[in-house]
Amino acid sequence: MPDVIPIYVHLLRAKDLIDRDYAQQLDVAALAREAHASSAHFARSFKRAFGETPHGYMLRRRIERATELLRGTELSVTEVSLDVGFASLSSFSHAFRALVGESPGAYARRVRAGVPAPIPACFTLMYTRPLGSSSPGQGADRRPG
Amino acid sequence: MGMRLTHTTIWVLDQDEALKFYTQKLGCKVNTDARMGDFRWLTVNPPGQPEHELILLEPGPPMMDAEAAEQVRALVAKGVVGPGAFEVDDCAAAYAELSGRGVRFLSEPTERFYGIEATLRDNSGNWFSMTQRSAAT
Repeated sequence: MPDVIPIYVHLLRAKDLIDRDYAQQLDVAALAREAHASSAHFARSFKRAFGETPHGYMLRRRIERATELLRGTELSVTEVSLDVGFASLSSFSHAFRALVGESPGAYARRVRAGVPAPIPACFTLMYTRPLGSSSPGQGADRRPG
Repeated sequence: MGMRLTHTTIWVLDQDEALKFYTQKLGCKVNTDARMGDFRWLTVNPPGQPEHELILLEPGPPMMDAEAAEQVRALVAKGVVGPGAFEVDDCAAAYAELSGRGVRFLSEPTERFYGIEATLRDNSGNWFSMTQRSAAT
């Protein structure tokens, strides 16, 4: 059995790049470069290691960051959608609804009316990426932006 | 009753590489580097906390069987292990300094309700918060 640890170490670099630069237009080639992998093998290796495709991971990261902005700022839904890297409001709304289960506007109204939970943001970053359905509706097939 | 945490175990993939990262990049100081047979007891102190030791430990026998060691190594390498949070006086300055030394960050310094926080990754895959606390807390 080949040693998978060095592969994970490299793949984690690409995952971290998504976490850091999720709002940029990251393509598979750039992510594969970060992981020192060929584009052909990269997406499959990533999915084997982390349980979802790089694109799926980025989509959920963007939506998680959007929920944070909707919770912690007064930005409009359109502003949030641009901030997290979506080029169109409709693709943002579609992906948000598929993963969170309600529209961004409804989510914002609900959480802004309540008291924020005293949970450090580094843990919400790590633990509140929306799982939604295992495949986020049609949104997964549509590249955001 | 006084009770304080004095040691934190950090699983690392390679002690030599971890030692380089924690001393040369994070600025930790070596506390103890001792060997007994194949076992290496390696601890460092965070730059501003000489009374706390980070134990840089490789998963392995005889504490763990080979399969368990490989599982722990995989978890660390996949980046799911977060041993804790560092506190700094100036998060932006620390971020600039550590980034300049090649430390990988997952998030830039950002205002939170408890202070200004960035998150970083060690060279094995462990993640840490690096937070400058708000004056009020």
